[in-house]
Amino acid sequence: MTAPTGRPPMSGADPAEPAEPGTGADPSVTVARSGPSEAAPETAATASTGTSAPAAAARPGRRAGLAAVTGHRLLWPGVVLALLLLANVLFTPGFLSIEMKDGHLYGSLVDIARFGAPLILVAVGMTLVIATGGIDLSVGSVVAISGALSCLWISGLDDQQDVGGVLVAVGLALGLSLVLGLWNGFLVAGFGIQPIIATLILMVAGRGLAQLITDGQIITINSSPYKLIGGGYWLTLPFGIIVVAAVLAITAFLTRRLALGLLIESVGGNATASRLAGIRSRGLIITVYAFCALCAGIAGLMISSNVSSADGNNAGLWIELDAILAVVIGGTSLVGGRFSLGGTVLGALIIQTLTTTIYSVGIPPETTLLFKALVVTVVCLLQSPAFREKVFHRRGRRPGASPASADPKVKVPA
Amino acid sequence: MLKKMSVLLLTGAVAMTMAGCGGGGNDSATAGSGGGSGDGSITMGFSQVGAESGWRTANTKSVQESAKTAGIELKFSDAQQKQENQIKAIRSYIQQKVDVIAFSPVVESGWDTVLKEAQNAKIPVILTDRAVDSKDTTLYKTFLGSDFVEEGKKAGQWLVEEYKDSTEPVNIVELQGTTGSAPANDRKAGFAEVIGADAKFKIVASQTGDFTRAKGKEVMEAFLKSNPDIDVLYAHNDDMGLGAIEAIEGAGKVPGKDIKIITVDAVKDGMQALADGKINFIVECSPLLGPQLMDLAKKVVAGEQVPARVVTEETTFTQEQAKEALPTRQY
Repeated sequence: MTAPTGRPPMSGADPAEPAEPGTGADPSVTVARSGPSEAAPETAATASTGTSAPAAAARPGRRAGLAAVTGHRLLWPGVVLALLLLANVLFTPGFLSIEMKDGHLYGSLVDIARFGAPLILVAVGMTLVIATGGIDLSVGSVVAISGALSCLWISGLDDQQDVGGVLVAVGLALGLSLVLGLWNGFLVAGFGIQPIIATLILMVAGRGLAQLITDGQIITINSSPYKLIGGGYWLTLPFGIIVVAAVLAITAFLTRRLALGLLIESVGGNATASRLAGIRSRGLIITVYAFCALCAGIAGLMISSNVSSADGNNAGLWIELDAILAVVIGGTSLVGGRFSLGGTVLGALIIQTLTTTIYSVGIPPETTLLFKALVVTVVCLLQSPAFREKVFHRRGRRPGASPASADPKVKVPA
Repeated sequence: MLKKMSVLLLTGAVAMTMAGCGGGGNDSATAGSGGGSGDGSITMGFSQVGAESGWRTANTKSVQESAKTAGIELKFSDAQQKQENQIKAIRSYIQQKVDVIAFSPVVESGWDTVLKEAQNAKIPVILTDRAVDSKDTTLYKTFLGSDFVEEGKKAGQWLVEEYKDSTEPVNIVELQGTTGSAPANDRKAGFAEVIGADAKFKIVASQTGDFTRAKGKEVMEAFLKSNPDIDVLYAHNDDMGLGAIEAIEGAGKVPGKDIKIITVDAVKDGMQALADGKINFIVECSPLLGPQLMDLAKKVVAGEQVPARVVTEETTFTQEQAKEALPTRQY
């Protein structure tokens, strides 16, 4: 069996395995089954990919202990987020206060959620793609294309305030995003092109497409219905947050209450085994890429709507890296096979809080990137059980996840 | 055999046409030293950065149109933001033996080799809009472009004038351009130099907004929360200012009144906001350097001396001036 360490499927079934505590293979089994509140479906997922349920059951004591450790998986990002917020309060005393202004909520926390909304969306789509063992580099381009197309359509309307026209623009943009996602999916699942290459094509070409749509210009519009999507408020809440909540709720329902999440994880865990088990991995992968592009499309609408203009060059630039970072901070392995939506949201919020912190604390622009890199490194180190063990002198317990796979990759986007 | 010969013939023909072209060009160069006025025989190779903004598009259009009016044959290439494309374009201009090469360098460094090649081929080079950092300034004839420090100074001077009767401290926030870029560095330095003379002006926050609307808005949102008392916003370009206006409106303040706004560039959207009273003052950074470029090209080809640095003719706009200028604004 060629499964590398950390990819448990077949080796875990070997009865000899449980006798060796802490081999590279089984920890991720335990990690997968101990996601807070998501434990049940994930257990099922690991079982369906062929991981041995009996092997895990054979060591109930270890399982309980590891559950405690991996319960911390979301704890550490949470701690970092809390610390960041605390640091802000020290510099800006009124940072956490939220007030009503012009009939909507107003405050730094609202800003973080509002500006973080597009990143959360893109990262949620990315989470599912990464869960299948893939990656989507083209989301930034899709963001630009979606914003460009909708703004172009609206700028051509006789009456930009016309809700019907705006809905058509939104429909067109999301439709095109979906098509672009299907294209990615077909390249990956249909023709077996490596995901990083398949989506790289659209990442590069997509910017060109966005500029073609905008004719290299920034398209400015003045449409209040369109403005609502990313810059408006509904029931005192920023509309973008409501959209994100809706998308999250639907995604969580589909993946955690229905079998979809389980199937996605099984494809990511071991595509061949899944196929042999009767799962149509091809259709599943295409769906996931289409969903990811759709999320990016919505994010593109939000970003362009927020400033009432489409900028083919800069909209969503490098958002793919932030999204991947958010996914990784949230504890989803880049290897695929398991994912955590809650972790991704937390990761995206950390990134956005970090950005806001830099502005409010007044860190000079020259050192911004270094500061970001430092914080991200700290988050990733805290995420690494091996690091925690070394620093906090935990004894007797082996790490629950393989940090080696996550750390070097994280440094790239930082 | 026949095929081989036809290829040979073809190559010969091409070489001859090329020689013809070059010969004509050279002739005009020597003949031009007398008159120099557009007899239609000057050929200019121009390598543009790309088409990244409305500003750049206007710049391209200006060069193309003024070449036509001046009777200069223009060979235009778009480098799509890549230095290697630009170097390729310049080499091909050298091979085509154009009379003069003009280009807007994508980046500042790495031009010595290709500029040396142009010099060896005795083709004069004019830099437009952006400079290169070559130590050897004989590699190019002149640099035509905006003086970003001067733009920053103009912005500062308006502010000093606006608050000359006030003794209260003036809290300023600054939205910088892309960190490390020449316009960002120089606009910041020029502005700081002018307002530094009076202690009442205080820059309370300064962050990069990457020259984009979205970032301008995001940074301004944070500024508004961390600095409750902001009097003036200085943005290094219109787009960031436009984004910031949205943030200011979102905070329930009136841009142009509660917070005075100064920006640089004067693109159409910015001018519109200025005319609407949302921006108070715009320093122009004109992309329309085509006519000046063609004049310089003629002089350089004619062998006349030109100054090593030519500043683009630029102005500033107040709200009233914007209302007048807006209908005829080209970009």
